[in-house]
Amino acid sequence: MCGSTKGGLSVAGIDTSKEAVIQGRVLRGGEPVGGAYVRLLDPSGEFTAEVPTSATGHFRFFAHDGRWTLRTLAPGAKADRTVVAAVGRVAEVDVELTAA
Amino acid sequence: MSTSEVLVDADWVAEHGSDDGVVLVEVDEDTTAYDGGHIAGAVKIDWKKDLQDPVRRDFVNREQFGELLSSRGIGNDDTVVLYGGNNNWFAAYAYWYFKLYGHGDVRLLDGGRKKWELDARPLSTETVTRPAAQYTAAEPDLSIRAFRDEVVSAIGSDALVDVRSPDEFAGRLLAPAHLPQEQAQRGGHIPTAVNVPWSKAANDDGTFKSADDLKALYGGAGLDFGSDIIAYCRIGERSAHTWFVLHEILGQQNVKNYDGSWTEYGSLVGVPVAVGDEPGQA
Repeated sequence: MCGSTKGGLSVAGIDTSKEAVIQGRVLRGGEPVGGAYVRLLDPSGEFTAEVPTSATGHFRFFAHDGRWTLRTLAPGAKADRTVVAAVGRVAEVDVELTAA
Repeated sequence: MSTSEVLVDADWVAEHGSDDGVVLVEVDEDTTAYDGGHIAGAVKIDWKKDLQDPVRRDFVNREQFGELLSSRGIGNDDTVVLYGGNNNWFAAYAYWYFKLYGHGDVRLLDGGRKKWELDARPLSTETVTRPAAQYTAAEPDLSIRAFRDEVVSAIGSDALVDVRSPDEFAGRLLAPAHLPQEQAQRGGHIPTAVNVPWSKAANDDGTFKSADDLKALYGGAGLDFGSDIIAYCRIGERSAHTWFVLHEILGQQNVKNYDGSWTEYGSLVGVPVAVGDEPGQA
């Protein structure tokens, strides 16, 4: 899905040529999960940032080139997803939580 | 100092949050979080609007802080329990700020808003109003706040701890990765600073690690507890979290938070900067 913005969060107002954007949604049974916590871990597994998801389940990070892990925490659920980011691209990731 | 004097858990808040003499205060970077639901009875302090001077870059003064707390219905003798989003970053900043202005009994809710939410505890959208109080703030305690000149002087003599993420420390990122990266200042860190990201002091749910684990963490990173210590990050909120760990949980008295942090230091003309993953030389 990397590079796709179809159905994703609008990047209006962001200079995507200078940013390595990682964004997407957290879903449970196909439905958006608001108020989940998504943390971005660097290649060594170290915490880099964390955001709560919006009411529509969306999150966004500004990273740099490399392979990152998205660790999602929600009541009764935890999921890890890896994602490759690159400056000049918007990496779209949907995180599907296993129904608790 | 016992940890229970500075840190409370969610059960304590559920039991004592509405006691007379206890005031819950939510402090966030994103203040819409409070409006969408807060712990019952909690009042709000806006990290930016309430705690920063609106014109120059500095804190509100002693009188303004007294007026702020009076307006929130907080008295000098109240037990203030702070909590917030971002793993309590801004709540820890407010904790340090309350201490700077001499508040006696202030505590953090361990895990903050996130742990409360992950445990599916109730949040309220009811408007909270408390009768105004008469709060008198003390003169600021500058033994816990560092300014740029003493930070520059500390290179090669005192201990510096940079609590940002490894990528910010090295200069690969200029801000935490939930914020856009275009910034005016240079990337890197203050030479000789050891990098102990704030996150290493916390569990995934935002609660603090045990005192034994924390002591081992900073000792293992080469932080000299015998030296005077200055903690910094980008704007002083994550380093307030680490200040809380070192000063309040571990009881180290010789620790200051440098709230100018990298947004000030990284914009200074003529000061040394180190890039890469190593602390670098004085």
